[in-house]
Amino acid sequence: MNFPLPDLNPVMPEILMTAFALIVLLLDLLIKKKEAVAVISIAGTAIISLSLLKTTGSTFGGMYIADGYSTFFKIIFFINVILTILISIKYIAVERVNYGEYYSLILFSTIGMMIMASASDLITLYLGLELMALSTYVLAGFIRHNLKSTESALKYFLLGAFSSGFLLYGISIVYGLTGTTDLRLIATFITERGLSGNLSLLLAIGMLTVAFGFKIAAAPFHMWAPDVYEGAPTSITAFMSVGPKAAGFAVIGRVFMIAFAAVKADWATILIPISILTMAVGNIVALSQTNIKRMLAYSSIAHAGYALLGIITANSEGISSMMNYLFIYAFMNIGAFAVIIMLRSEGIKGEDLSDYEGLSKTHPLAAALMLIFMFSLTGIPPTAGFIGKLYVFMAAINAGYTWLVIVAVIFSAISAYFYLRVVMYMYMRDPKTELPLTTSFTNGLALAVTTAAVLIIGVFPTMLVEFARAALKGF
Amino acid sequence: MVSIGFFIYFAFAIVVLSLLVVTRKNPVHSVLWMLLLFFHIAGLYLFLNAEFMAAIQVIVYAGGILVLFLFVVLLMNLREELSIGKYTTFGPTGFTFALGLFVAVSMSLSSFIAAPPGKYSIDLIKQETHIKALGKLLYTEFIYPFEVASLILLVAMIGAIVLAKRRLKS
Repeated sequence: MNFPLPDLNPVMPEILMTAFALIVLLLDLLIKKKEAVAVISIAGTAIISLSLLKTTGSTFGGMYIADGYSTFFKIIFFINVILTILISIKYIAVERVNYGEYYSLILFSTIGMMIMASASDLITLYLGLELMALSTYVLAGFIRHNLKSTESALKYFLLGAFSSGFLLYGISIVYGLTGTTDLRLIATFITERGLSGNLSLLLAIGMLTVAFGFKIAAAPFHMWAPDVYEGAPTSITAFMSVGPKAAGFAVIGRVFMIAFAAVKADWATILIPISILTMAVGNIVALSQTNIKRMLAYSSIAHAGYALLGIITANSEGISSMMNYLFIYAFMNIGAFAVIIMLRSEGIKGEDLSDYEGLSKTHPLAAALMLIFMFSLTGIPPTAGFIGKLYVFMAAINAGYTWLVIVAVIFSAISAYFYLRVVMYMYMRDPKTELPLTTSFTNGLALAVTTAAVLIIGVFPTMLVEFARAALKGF
Repeated sequence: MVSIGFFIYFAFAIVVLSLLVVTRKNPVHSVLWMLLLFFHIAGLYLFLNAEFMAAIQVIVYAGGILVLFLFVVLLMNLREELSIGKYTTFGPTGFTFALGLFVAVSMSLSSFIAAPPGKYSIDLIKQETHIKALGKLLYTEFIYPFEVASLILLVAMIGAIVLAKRRLKS
């Protein structure tokens, strides 16, 4: 029996990352100072990210593909990992869960996301998704002595397992209909056999939408998000709201645009109500939140709704605008969480909106940074959030969804209320008590990077936009 | 015709047994119904000419996983299941959605057209033997997902240790 060794070059980033995650796991035994493990994780991830430059091509019999699209998402994942670890170092010490497994689990979760972004086969996609999800469940419950953290992990796990059931059911129907799990072969089979409009295929697409909608926290599959985001360690909330969401969008883009290209109209019709509902639930329910982590959870739901507009257009302009959006969202969201983390110190939770009262007087710099991130999340120029929304909305208008954009803009205006309320609390109210800030060099570094990115992308967006467009070539 | 009759029996039995597993109040009863469920799933594999899968199903699920379940029941000493009002009041809504899903599935499955069979026909597998065919596929064509699966198991182990083994520092 002869079997040629598959070309390992395209899959190199994943191999290196896996080896590195295992090394980090072992280093934890040898190194007593967990901060060192964190620094090694950051340095290793940064070095491995260079391997993305030279990897293109498809391997393992077409199960795995490294192209511009996957590379773009992998860059988001790497940024997410590095920023998350930067904001974690001090925080997990404050929460008294300063264990080395934390970092290796984050790395394993990222490997899962990378596999998802590169999957061109439904089986690889599913396994990548499970790898990502399983690591995140554990991370959500990492503060074991905290009841809320444990509850959030359990909730995430149960609902995640439920959504995996939907994914597998959808995959098995697709496999039964087409006899393959390869995305491109599915597409050819559907056009050749004239399967478009087949009800079973629609059912399968519906099932996959449920599963992916769960991962990106789109309504009505968002129920887990507020509880999990609130209960999980704040650093992991930042991680979860960027990484798994981007990975979910990556697979939606690839599966729907490639495998189900022939039935574009059908899945766009499914996604439009989901997108409207997501924006509505996210923005309206966020109005009544008093816990800032919970508020950002609803905001994260709403942002999934905006990014879905890019997918609904079903053309390369829309997909690239969705990619831009997620790239920008990574910076502004982690930035906001980096400020929230500073307010957490020994014995003080610092998660309530009232904790932000008069922050501009006690800690002007922290307040100013929060102001930038809140402006960016609202989408006010000259911040990056504006650019993200602008390109998504433009793509949707060009694809003929003007009414949908009007709806989105209305919800976006509603969102200004709860984002700017934080700003109002910080700048127009007097401080009740002086909260101590937990500052650290690494958290400051993360804040500097995110602030710079939000402002630079906001003022000079062309580079990012061109990059996303170029990444889509050959998609 | 006989095989269709058997399939209908197994399919219905699996649904009924699954319902019994989740509705029994006594956890030991649930686990024992689950044992029966696993055997029926193994029976389903037999009808697909997948003897090896059927054997694995019995060994791994009925033999291994079920024993673990029994251990958990034993260690937790659960006589009656906990019933928390907050989570048990959504019955009617859940039932409506389940019914809707059932209608949607049964309506759309009538339009299901099975794809032409693949390379591995029953004769070919008989000629090659199950284990060889399966092993060959797992280590060649499906080596990538196979390796990813091993990572998932590793993460599961790390996760279990992190969440359960560490002593709490209070």
